[in-house]
This record gives sequence, structure tokens and C-alpha cells, in this order.
Amino acid sequence: MAFIPSYWRETPQRYRYEGNKCVKCEHKCDCEGRVFFPPRRVCDPWCGCQMEPVTIATTGKLLTYTIIRIPPTQFSDEAPYALGVCEMDDGARLTAQVVDCPLDQIEIGMPVKIEFRRIQQDGEAGILMYGYKVIPA
Amino acid sequence: MVGIVGYGAYIPRNRIKLETIAEVWGADAAAYKRGLMLYEKSVPSPDQDVITMTVEAARHAVTRAGIDPDDIGAVYVGSESHPYAVKPTGTLVAEALGATPSVHVADFEFACKAGSESMFVAMSHVKAGEMKYALGVGADTSQGAPGDALEYSASAGSAAFIMGTDDLVAECLHTYSFCTDTPDFWRREYQFYPQHAGRFTGEPAYFKHTFGCARGLMERAGMTPEDFNFCVFHQPNGKFPANAARKLGFTKEQNEAGWLSPWLGNTYSGASPMGLTAILDIARPGDKILMVSYGSGAGSDGFVWQCTDRLPEVQGLAPQTRPQLDENKVYLSYGQYAKYREKIKRAH
Amino acid sequence: MRDVAVIGIGIQKWGELWDRSLRDLWVEAALNAIGDAGVDRIDSMYVGCMAPGLFVGQEHLGSLLADYLGVCPIPATRVESACCSGGLALRSGFIEVASGMSDIVLVSGVEKMTDVDGGGATYALATAADGDYEVYQGATFPGLYAMVARDYMHRYGLTREELAQVAVKNHANGSLNPHAQYPMKLTLEGVINSTLIADPLRLMDCSPITDGAAAAIICPLEMAKDLSKQPPVKVAGVGAATDRIALHDRDDFCEFAATVHSSQAAYKMAGVGPADINFCEVHDCFTIAELCVIEALGFFERGTAGKATAAGETALGGKMPINTSGGLKSKGHPVGATGIGQLHEAVTQLRGAAGKRQVKDARRGMMQNMGGSGGSTVCHILEVV
Repeated sequence: MAFIPSYWRETPQRYRYEGNKCVKCEHKCDCEGRVFFPPRRVCDPWCGCQMEPVTIATTGKLLTYTIIRIPPTQFSDEAPYALGVCEMDDGARLTAQVVDCPLDQIEIGMPVKIEFRRIQQDGEAGILMYGYKVIPA
Repeated sequence: MVGIVGYGAYIPRNRIKLETIAEVWGADAAAYKRGLMLYEKSVPSPDQDVITMTVEAARHAVTRAGIDPDDIGAVYVGSESHPYAVKPTGTLVAEALGATPSVHVADFEFACKAGSESMFVAMSHVKAGEMKYALGVGADTSQGAPGDALEYSASAGSAAFIMGTDDLVAECLHTYSFCTDTPDFWRREYQFYPQHAGRFTGEPAYFKHTFGCARGLMERAGMTPEDFNFCVFHQPNGKFPANAARKLGFTKEQNEAGWLSPWLGNTYSGASPMGLTAILDIARPGDKILMVSYGSGAGSDGFVWQCTDRLPEVQGLAPQTRPQLDENKVYLSYGQYAKYREKIKRAH
Repeated sequence: MRDVAVIGIGIQKWGELWDRSLRDLWVEAALNAIGDAGVDRIDSMYVGCMAPGLFVGQEHLGSLLADYLGVCPIPATRVESACCSGGLALRSGFIEVASGMSDIVLVSGVEKMTDVDGGGATYALATAADGDYEVYQGATFPGLYAMVARDYMHRYGLTREELAQVAVKNHANGSLNPHAQYPMKLTLEGVINSTLIADPLRLMDCSPITDGAAAAIICPLEMAKDLSKQPPVKVAGVGAATDRIALHDRDDFCEFAATVHSSQAAYKMAGVGPADINFCEVHDCFTIAELCVIEALGFFERGTAGKATAAGETALGGKMPINTSGGLKSKGHPVGATGIGQLHEAVTQLRGAAGKRQVKDARRGMMQNMGGSGGSTVCHILEVV
């Protein structure tokens, strides 16, 4: 049985790609301007950062990737699938499947954009779970 | 004044050719292609469904509308392949758009007419002054039974429309709906595939309602085919809408821009709505469009649209329909198609 | 702070041990360590174990294991830091002895992984990653390390053959280890042609699922001679560090910053540098991990570990022997026990008791134990007294 409350709690991130940004750091650390995804309450306990909600950039590039051939049970019908680490244009980082791209054409540095897709389902009778994947931009 | 403020379409990238399906079942591909005017169709990936396609199409509509999603007062999604039997598609779409919580949501169904009726209801609410904007969507990932004629055409796509009263890109001048009880195509609960009544789905079903609606609409509007720049009909294959257009007195040229089915297949609730988005992508200010949907069971919703000066400003703001149809296509084998569409399942 | 020494070690042969439960395995290792030390009491115990709840439906290990060892009412602490639970258990026990709070402490680790099926094991191990932002998205541990491997290959030109040499070397060492789960030798072709798990990592790049336990007795160095006939091995340096849990939040995927920070702390405490270390047990959960980690520890320059391994520099007779035990790859990886298994090998080497695996003139050894994709790391430096 899927953890329904924790799935529901993450919907602002999974459906609307909401993060936050440190717009002003009292101590002028290098966290100023940094975009966090998911949103973080603090950069650290003493920065005194002013955080503002943002929607992360939906275009970016692929930093690294793999093709998963032995999947976890909930993804058994999808293997082989590509999984990558992406850096979006505003600096936000995320892990996402790379879809709509032949596996042998994926390469480090390729431009990607977020698309809304079904991520998992809890068997034949449980809930459907959605979120973000990336496609070639 | 009421009409479309923003529109958007989404077509999955996968395709399967008619010959690929025909080969498996030993059917005469050439005859089907001639008879139905169908060449290939879109296929959703396993991670795509009416919800995912609609979120993307609706986002394009919001981009073209240039509105704050908070101002959307209603989200209506029409489909015959809603992902849940009980739990709305619309709430997830509304949440993804940022239209919640002050929003009315309902899912619609009426075979292939579910899209046009959600557009009709969205428009009615806005016209009545109940809300500033309302979203009406037609989307499907319908199935055709293996080896059945419908397998050649059942495809996937979503078309979304933000209705409003200001800054329109297309004004709705007239509507008319024509419905009777006609059992031409249906799916009982717990059945995976729909069934249909063969040749009965033609004249007494599709054509009777399409003609009844088109003629009734033009009569109430005081218009004839010559008054229109474009027409778009429900497109279960290439042949039916081409015949309907001709028999009603429209030319091939008028039908051309919205005629997607030979390469897209039948997107069911998305069929005539997506034909409309393809037309809106290239239409000019002042152009008039006749749109008549058809849903088995049976009924047709008709609209007369007139394009405004604002339309050219928004056409390029989001992905257009024809490029999604023609570009970045990935062709599947029958085995991949059967797996994606869950016609075969892994034994657990 | 008092100096701390290891005076006893205990383990068993690791593998798929169907007939032994978690408590059986742990008691066996604990008794071996107590017997090896020859002590007649313990004051406190630490147990490293990652996920007994998920693997065998059992938490509250402190009580369970103190009970079954027969040492109630001593205090018992279960320590968790994913795959470096064992290393962290050692550090925690060290602090209790060094501070003067206790004299004789049992530090240990255990994991019983084969009571669940493959899917259950994968699920349990995945809890070491970011559940909502990596695992939910489809990540697996081989997948995360595969992404590290691909980045390393892209930046430094590492070849598939060079990467495979890590597994070949570790199995060559493991074939000399009577406690290794998989003591068979591997060929380069065998590794390169094994089943693809997550490109570019193959089955033979990945450490196995293992049942096993390991334990040790530590005490103040000044008491060692009175407590035990075993030659004491001093714990000269201890360091622990954390890093961002999700691979995607790291600035440099190959850096393994927690290894850098924890090893630097250990070097500083011991007053030595990488050049002073004679051998090191590292956390080769995947072959690429060994390469990145031996660079992070300062033994090799960034980007050179692959060529160094292929040239034999990390082999048993090489200039910097890495994983003389066979590493996680050959010895096995019962998650919570691994850090203490590394301790077992280091102490054995420093006692001069490693037989065919013996590193000549071994005087100072190191252990690096890592959790998840590098989110936590614990390093220890041990010295002959």
C-alpha cells in the first residue's frame, strides 16, 4: 500500500515543481541566489536567509545518467529506462527519468525539459502517482 | 461575447503504422488504408494517460491565455478513458495548474463527445457570469480490441480550451446540440474493450447526428458552408469526416487544416477539439470555423467560432498541433504497442 | 581523552546463511570477539545494523542482543548510518571508552538480508537514498553509482576494462580469505560480460546481498596488557562526516566529500597523512566507489585511480594495497556488519596474522566505511603499538 499522506504532501513539488530560493543571505554566503528543490526551510541554522517560493525552471541540461536494466519492483514493466541528474536553468538540481528519447541517443550535456508523467502506480487497485520526468528539449 | 481565450494540444510521440497492426492479424492493410483513410496513429507511453496529457495541453492553453491559473473557476475534463473509475481527472489537473482550491471540478463522459461537451459547459458558466475563466478539455487514450477494426484508429491526445469573455482568440457565435438514444458503440463496466454495432455506426449514428447538428447549427446561425473558412468534424478515421464535409457542401480545402485523423488516429474525446486547435494554429483574424463533434450513444455538439485580432499574437506562444503530429515520431512494433497498451501483461 | 585499543576480534564466514538468524549470527561473532580478547566482562555494547525492521521485522536490537548474549543489564546502543552503521558503531564505542565512561566495550555490526526476496532487499537498501526525490523517481543504488561511473568516465576517460580490474583484484584477495562469501577468482572478461544492471555497471561491479556479523572488543590502551594476551592495536584516528544525501545535490559527483572530510579528521587526530598508511579497507559497494574513494582518501590524484588499479598499484603486493580482505565485492556486504568486518581485517593485518594476505611490515592501516551514495562516511586509522 503506497504511503498516501506522504505522496499527497509532496504534490506541490511533484505537480507544480515548487521550490524556494534564498533571495537574500544576511551573511552573504554563497547560498544567496541558490534555488532549492524541494524547498528547504534553511540553508543552515545561522544564515538568516530570506527564502521565497519559486517554480523551478523547466528547462535545463543532463549532467549524468544511467540506463536501469534491473528495476525495483514498482518499475518492473518499464525497464530498461534512463535515469538522469539534471541541472535546470536556474540551478535547481533533480533526479528524473529521461523519456521520449532512444536510449542510445542520450548524452551528457543534452538539453532537457520537464514533462508531467505518471511515475508509479500502487498495483492494480491502489492509487496512481504522478510527477516530473524529462524529455529532450 | 464568450469564447476561447487560450488553447493547447498534446500528442504523444509514439506511433504505430496501420500495416504493422494489419500484418499481425492477417488483414489487408492496403484495403484498410483506402477504406478508412488511416495510415498511422499515436500511442501513449505507459507513463502517459488522460491526466498527464491534459496537464501539458492545459498548460499550453494557460500560456496562450496569459492568465493567472488562480482565476480559473472551473476545470472540466471529458474522456472515455479517465484513469480512475472513481476519482476525478479534473482535480489532479486543477492541482497541477494551480487552480485549486477555489474551483469547480467535474469529469465528463459521452464517448467521443465528452470533450466538446466539457467545452460547452465551460463556456456556459463563463457566459452566465459565474466565473472569469473555465477550462474545457477533450482527451483520451482509448483502446481498440485486438484484431478489431477499431484497433487501427484508437489513439491518444488532449486538447484544452480556456473559455472567457475578454481577450478572446475565437468568439463563439452559435452553439447547437443534437442528441438521440442510439446504441452504436458502448463499453460495459469491467469490460476492457468497447464494442460496436458494425455498419450501424455509420449512417444512423455518426452521419445522422453530424448532419442533424451541422444543419441545425447553420440554420440557427443563418449561415451556409460558403460562409466558413474551415470546418472540422469528429474524426474516427479519415473517411467519415471527409464524407461528412463533402455531403454537407464543404470543400476539401475547408476540411484540410483540421483533418488530422489519417496520421493521428481517433483521439476520441480529443478528435474534433484537436482538429480545432490545429485550425486555430494557422487561422487568420475574421476566419469562421464550423465545428461538429460526435459521440456514440449518440450526440453531436456544434459550434460556430470566429477568430479575433488577438489570435495571431498567441499562436506561437506554445507548441502547435501539426508539429507535434509530424515531428519527433517514434515508431513501435506491435509487441511494444501491445505492452504499452496493456493488451499483454507480465505474469506476476 | 584516553587512548583506545582493539584487543579482540570476532567474525564468521559470510554468505547466504539460511540456517542462522540475526541473533544467531551476532551472538556467534560477539562470542568470538570476547573469546579472542579473553575478557571476563563487557561494560557496554554498540551494534551497527541498517534495517533490521525491514529485513527481519525486528527493532530494539540493543535489548534483544544483550539478552541473547547474556550480558543484561549493560547499556546497549543500536547505531544506524546506512552502510556505515558498523563504522559509526566503532566510533561511538570509541567515544565511550576514550571519555572514561566505560572501560571494556563491545563494538559490532550485523545484517540478516536473505529472509526477504530480491524486491524486499532492494526496497530496504533504497531507504539509504532520498526516498521522495531519488527512489520515488526510479533510482536504485546501482543506478546512482552508475551515474557516478558515467560522470567519471566522461571526465577522466576511465575505460570499462580499468573499472573491471577493481573486481578482479578484490576477488584475487578474497580467494585468500577464509571468511569471504565469494572467494572465487574473476577474469576481466567475466566481469565485462556479466549481466548489465545499470549502464555501465554490471553484476560483477556490484557487491552482493549477504548475511553476517562481526564484533570487536575495545578498551583503554593503558589497560590492554592487563586485560588481554592479544597484541593491542591502537585506534589512532577517528573521523566521521556527512554529505548531501541526494547525488543530484552534490557539486562534484566523483568527489565523495564525506570521505574527504572524515579522512582528514582521522589523519589530523592520528598526526599522519596518506603516505603513512600501509593498507586500507575501503567501501567498494560498487567498483566505481573504490576508485573515487581511494582518490578522496588522498592515496591517488583525482582521475588516476583507474590506471593505478590496472597497473597493480592497489593489489596485495602493490604500493598501496586496497581491500586485502577481498572488499565488499568478494568478502560480502552484510550492511551493518561491513564496517566492523573492515576492522577485523585491519587488526588481523596489524597483528601480522593475515597469512597469504599479509601486507609486509604493516604498521598502520585505515578503514573507510560509507553510507548510501556517500551521504555519510566514517574513517579510522589503526596502528601497531
